[in-house]
Amino acid sequence: MKRFVHFLLLFGIWLLLTWSLHWQDLLAGGIIALIAHVMLGDIYPVNAVKILNPVRFFWLVVYGVTFFSYMVKANFDVAYRVLNINMPIRPGIVKVRTRLKTDMARTFLANSITLTPGTLTVDCVDDHLYIHWINIVSDDPNKETEIIVQHFEKLLERVFE
Amino acid sequence: MNEIIGLTLLIIGISFDVVGCIGLVRLPDIYNRLQAATKCVTLGTCMILLSVVFYTGFNSIGVKALLCIWFVLISSPTGAHAIARAAHRSGIRLWEGSIMDKYADDREGTEDIA
Amino acid sequence: MIVFISLLVFCIFLCLYRVGKGPTAPDRTVAIDILGTLVVGFCAIYSIITKKDLYMNIGISWALLSFLGTLALAKYLEGRGFDE
Repeated sequence: MKRFVHFLLLFGIWLLLTWSLHWQDLLAGGIIALIAHVMLGDIYPVNAVKILNPVRFFWLVVYGVTFFSYMVKANFDVAYRVLNINMPIRPGIVKVRTRLKTDMARTFLANSITLTPGTLTVDCVDDHLYIHWINIVSDDPNKETEIIVQHFEKLLERVFE
Repeated sequence: MNEIIGLTLLIIGISFDVVGCIGLVRLPDIYNRLQAATKCVTLGTCMILLSVVFYTGFNSIGVKALLCIWFVLISSPTGAHAIARAAHRSGIRLWEGSIMDKYADDREGTEDIA
Repeated sequence: MIVFISLLVFCIFLCLYRVGKGPTAPDRTVAIDILGTLVVGFCAIYSIITKKDLYMNIGISWALLSFLGTLALAKYLEGRGFDE
């Protein structure tokens, strides 16, 4: 059953991409989705099916809204730094610990951190994330980073774990 | 009405693109350039694609634009992360004005590649 | 619409400046990555002008292929094989 969801997902993407219900399109989509399913079904994360749970779906929407607001803020932040004549930047790399366990949640966490104000994920080793800051203001940047990371962690934990 | 929303999104998106590219030229080292360029160009392109949805409505063009937004949102930060790690491992140090580099400190003991 | 297209061309010239000047190889890689994303924006504007979905197909393929190219370049810079 869980493997079947993967096939349906591929078939749905095919339908969206072709946007027609002619029988030839359906047949070609079915064959191609089956081939892709046989080739790539093993690396598909089985737990991703949990997203279909309505509670998780609600938290996914909350996460999306939060993420979007952070992203717009990040863009104005970058615009301020780039267009300013003095370029107020004090870059550096800090290290922070994450609680998330599954690969998918970590991927989403790293991508969210990259798109939020002033931060960029450089590497993920075991439980630690290395984050590049464009402007370190306080003397204790680890604490500041933890605030941002934990904010997303709380939401992602509810969505993916 | 839809055209006005689409035009606004288009203008915002393209101004973010321009800001990102100016950042790519002005900022001093690769990690800062990566930050500015990735953030601004990703959101700018997503806004342009969203304006396509408002201009054309939910037909085949609009749905493809939404899928393209999803692909860009996933792939762009991942590519930036790959480049940042590759740059650090290939031996490029941070800008002189940087405060700290925990990553280089931690990797010093475990230097496995030349 | 011609204004937007010329602004995007201006962006692409800024990227090309970075590709040409960039002191190190990763700088050029970043510029090429950004160039790929800008081309997707181009395809979107053309699909608004012509109302054809052909350009969106090109945009989607371009986004995915440019991502693959970026990953390949990053692996090459890191000095590792592709099967890792």
